[in-house]
Amino acid sequence: MSDLTHLTIAGALKGLENKDFTAKELTQAHITASEAAKDLNCYVTETYDLALAQAANSDERRAAGNAGALDGIPLAIKDLFCTKGVQTTACSHILEGFVPQYESTVTANLFADGVVMLGKANLDEFAMGSSNTTSYFGNCINPWKTSDGADRTPGGSSGGSASAVAARIAMGATGTDTGGSIRQPASFCGISGIKPTYGRCSRWGTVAFASSLDQAGCFARTVEDNALILRSMAGHDPKDSTSADRPVPDFLSALSGDVKGLKIGIPKEYRVDGMPKDIEALWEQGIEWLKDGGAEIVDVSLPHTKYALPTYYIIAPAEASSNLARYDGVRYGLRAAEHENLNEMYKKTRGEGFGDEIKRRIMIGTYVLSAGYYDAYYIKAQKVRRLISDDFTKAYEQCDVLLAPTAPSSAFVIGENEDDPVKMYLNDVFTVPASMAGLPAMSVPGGLDSQGLPLGLQIIGRAWDEETVFKVARSIERAANFTALPQTLIKKAA
Amino acid sequence: MSIDKETVVKVARLACLDMSEDELARVGPQINGILKWMEQLNEVDTEGVEPLANVVNIDLKLRADEVTDGDCSKAVLANAPEETQGFFVVPKVVEQEG
Repeated sequence: MSDLTHLTIAGALKGLENKDFTAKELTQAHITASEAAKDLNCYVTETYDLALAQAANSDERRAAGNAGALDGIPLAIKDLFCTKGVQTTACSHILEGFVPQYESTVTANLFADGVVMLGKANLDEFAMGSSNTTSYFGNCINPWKTSDGADRTPGGSSGGSASAVAARIAMGATGTDTGGSIRQPASFCGISGIKPTYGRCSRWGTVAFASSLDQAGCFARTVEDNALILRSMAGHDPKDSTSADRPVPDFLSALSGDVKGLKIGIPKEYRVDGMPKDIEALWEQGIEWLKDGGAEIVDVSLPHTKYALPTYYIIAPAEASSNLARYDGVRYGLRAAEHENLNEMYKKTRGEGFGDEIKRRIMIGTYVLSAGYYDAYYIKAQKVRRLISDDFTKAYEQCDVLLAPTAPSSAFVIGENEDDPVKMYLNDVFTVPASMAGLPAMSVPGGLDSQGLPLGLQIIGRAWDEETVFKVARSIERAANFTALPQTLIKKAA
Repeated sequence: MSIDKETVVKVARLACLDMSEDELARVGPQINGILKWMEQLNEVDTEGVEPLANVVNIDLKLRADEVTDGDCSKAVLANAPEETQGFFVVPKVVEQEG
C-alpha cells in the first residue's frame, strides 16, 4: 500500500482508471503516511474524514463514468486558501478559529475536478517569511537532513505544502507566491513548483498579503503533475478583476516538445558575490543540459536586479499594511479580552494577534505610506519596479526564457538567519525580480549539493507563456533525472 | 534616514498596534536597519519613469450594476466574536452626556 504514496499524479490517475486501486485506498495510504510523519508539522488542520468522504464520492463518480481531470487525487491545501466549513488561519493567531462560509475560487476549481483535500498546510504567518518559522502553529520541518541530523527549514512561505509533497504524504499541493514562496520551498525540498503569470489564477478567497504580487500556484514531484494541477486551478474569475480573461492553455501538450532552437537567456546579474560553488556548478550544468537538447544560450543583462529586493520590501509591506487593516476583532478571528473602549480593542487585538514579523512589516508599510514619505519610498519603489519589469521586456527581445538558480542556498538549519530580518530577506534574491514583473517562473530539482541537500533551477518565462516554462522545465527534469529521496523516508523504509 | 523612538511610537499608533516598551525598543533598530538597506534605491535614476502598479496591463472590468449577492447575514455574522440580532457588537463608541 505504501507504494501508492510514491506514485506521480499522472500515474495515480492511470491506476484509478485501470481499477488497480480506489480513490479511497489512495487517500487512506496518504493519511497513514501523514500520521507517521506528524513530526514534520505539515498540516495545521487535518481533514482526513472529509478526505475519505471526498474519495468515496470520487470512486462513485469514476464508476459512473463522470470522473474529473484530477478525480481522487489527494492534495495538501495551503492554509491561505479559504475552504468552506474548514478552519482557515493563514497560520496567524488573529485568524484562529475562523471558518470561512465560502470557498476560494482556486479550491473550488480543484474540487470541481475531483480533488481530495488531506489538510490545510502550514505556512509562514500571512505568507510573510522564507523559512516557515513565523507560523503561529509551530515550525514546519523539511524531510531532508544532512549527517548532522538537525531539523532544517522547508523554506517559506509555503513550507507545509512543499514538505508534505517531498515527504510523500500528499501527491501535490497548492501554494501561493508573492516573492518566491513557491519556488524557494520547492528548491529546498527537492520538488517542482510553479508560480504562473500574475492573473492566471483567481485571488478570490485567498487571504491577501500583497495584492499586486500574490499569485496562486502549485507543487508536485514532477513537471507533468504541476501542469495537471495548474490546469485545474487556473482560469478567469469575475470575482477577481485582476484575473485574466484569456483561455487556459493545455499545459500538458507543451511537455512533449523539445527545446531545440529555443533561446535560453542567462542573466549575468544573477552571478552574485559569495554564491555557493555547488549552486554555480548546478547552473552551469543546467546550461549544458539545455545546450545538449539543442537550445541556444544567450547572455542577457537585467541591470536593475540588485534593486529588486529593496523595492519588494517597500511595496509588499505597504500593500500588506493596507490589507491587514481588516483584522480588527469585529467581524472574524481574535478579539482581545481586555479593553476599555473600541480603539483599545482594535489595538490590543492586533497587538496580541499578530506575530513579530507581521508587526514589523505592518510598521514598515505604514511608515512608507505615511504623509511625507509616500513619494520618497512608495512611489520611488513603484518607479524602480517599472525599470525591473522593463529589464525583462528587453531581455525577452533576445531570448525565450531565462535560466537561473532558484535560491542562494540549500535548506538551512531552523534558527539560522533569524538574527537580522534583512539576512532572511536575502533568501528571495533570485525569486523576487520575476514576482515584481508578474512573470511565470518554475523551480525544478537539479541535483544535490555537497551536503546531500536538493538544489533547484529556476526557469522564468514571458508573461502568459507558462507553456515554454513547462517545456524547458521538463527538459531539465529529464536530463537531471532527480530520483534522490529525503533521508527521513529512506530511514523509514530501512 | 534614521527614525527616532518617537516616530516608531507614532507609526505603531497609525498602524493600530498595541506594542510594549520592550517590543518598541526591539523593533525600532530593526526598522532602521531595513530602511537603511532600502536607501540604495536612491542610486537609481527614476526621472520621468511612470510608477508601475498593475503589472499585467489588464484593463479593470466593469460588470452590470445588478444585485448578485445578499440575504446571507447569517453567513456574514458566523465568525463574529460577538453578534446580536443581525449586528456585529463592538464596545460603546459614543458616550452619553451625563
